[in-house]
Amino acid sequence: MCLAVPARIVALDGSHCVLDLAGNRLRANVSLVDAPQVGDWVIVHAGYVLERIDQQAATDSLALAREIAGLSSGPSPSLATGNDE
Amino acid sequence: MNKDFRDPELAGGLVKAIRRDINDLGRPVRLMEVCGTHTVAISRSGIRNLLDGVVELRSGPGCPVCVTSQEDIDHMISLAYLPNTTVLTYGDMLRVPGATGTLEEARAAGGDVRVLYSALDGVRAAGAEPSRQFVFLAVGFETTAPGTALAVKEAARRGLDNFTLHPAHKTIPAALRALLAPARSQASTGSGGPPAIEGFILPGHVSAVIGRKAYDFLAADFGLPGVITGFEPVDILLAVRELVRSVMARAGGKRVVNLYPRVVREDGNARAQALTREVLEPCPSAWRGLGTIPDSGLTLREEWRAFNAVKRFAGAGGLQSSLHPALGGSRSRAAGISACRCGDVLRGLIAAPECPLFGRGCTPISPVGPCMVSSEGSCAAHYAHERRRHAR
Ligand code: SF4
Repeated sequence: MCLAVPARIVALDGSHCVLDLAGNRLRANVSLVDAPQVGDWVIVHAGYVLERIDQQAATDSLALAREIAGLSSGPSPSLATGNDE
Repeated sequence: MNKDFRDPELAGGLVKAIRRDINDLGRPVRLMEVCGTHTVAISRSGIRNLLDGVVELRSGPGCPVCVTSQEDIDHMISLAYLPNTTVLTYGDMLRVPGATGTLEEARAAGGDVRVLYSALDGVRAAGAEPSRQFVFLAVGFETTAPGTALAVKEAARRGLDNFTLHPAHKTIPAALRALLAPARSQASTGSGGPPAIEGFILPGHVSAVIGRKAYDFLAADFGLPGVITGFEPVDILLAVRELVRSVMARAGGKRVVNLYPRVVREDGNARAQALTREVLEPCPSAWRGLGTIPDSGLTLREEWRAFNAVKRFAGAGGLQSSLHPALGGSRSRAAGISACRCGDVLRGLIAAPECPLFGRGCTPISPVGPCMVSSEGSCAAHYAHERRRHAR
């Protein structure tokens, strides 16, 4: 029940937004985040947006993982345009 | 976006790095995850299998459904039978056994129990039927509490007098302290005790709200490392590797690290914290398996007491669940529950399959304890994803 999942804001409407969640549309409350923007990747939980996802931090975490795993850094992953699945 | 964090080649490389470290250390390490979503991810992704023999991952009290007390369930069941009253709950709670049955059974017997996705949906339901009382079973950790607080404020804004909460939120740091305090006193008196947990995989989305600093006490007071991480295989393996490194480091080097910086900030989400604080305040709370822990729950502040179902329905028969004729409570159920070892599972004392009922008397179709009811419970996760492994 504490499932919280990544989704993307596709429209804003006052205290609510419309999210794209792996192809499905979902309404959620945005009162918990500062200045949400259309296009933001966010974490959504039980009907409200919990936090914004920082794309740069995601890229950095993957780079760290590659380094530890001994993999060449390769082309950097295209997080900003990726689909969740 | 998450698929890069599921890359099998990357995960495989991390497993190798962990195995190399364990080889250097010369012994296996035991860690605990404290989030139901981590429990499921570890079982489903096969991580437990990949780390077999080097890192043992035990589940802690991180499934909100599993730790909800029987008394809370029983209170809600009794409310479901009151005339003109609707009980609102998250779907996972339906089949959790109280002493007198489950909410699902109450619904089958004519009680009005409705499932909701968001606390705000409960306010809408109450607004649509003003002559009916709606009581929301408010469970969940710090992640879920701000949504409850929002719902209460929304109910107040709309002037609804037919929406109340049964407050049963719980907070993670207090539970970790309660879990560790006896272990520490055992260690200091040198009396064996359960095998020690050497580090914690900390819940990513609870941490999004409370922030990294909220766990500094793990290192400061208990000398244990913790790592906050996300829910993909690469996230979890990064955390395991960091914790193994920390175990290898000489004493004194233990700290709490945030490996989920894409979502978790040092101080957490200030708006969410402020909202929770405005409406809710700490209270003692009964945890299934852990007993009552001071300041580990959240209840409504005095200013919001009108929204507290426990106060509103006290004396109206709401708390007399054992007296309700439809709630005879089955002896066999009570006997089953007493053999259930959820309490030991939730404290990391045993792994789910060590319970004698696991897969025999207790399965997801016919669960005995809450750890098998909730899909995020350790027993259900083991049963759903790792049965073959246990059957070996
Ligand atoms: S397997 Fe069933 S009976 Fe055993 S601890 Fe888990 S939920 Fe309880």
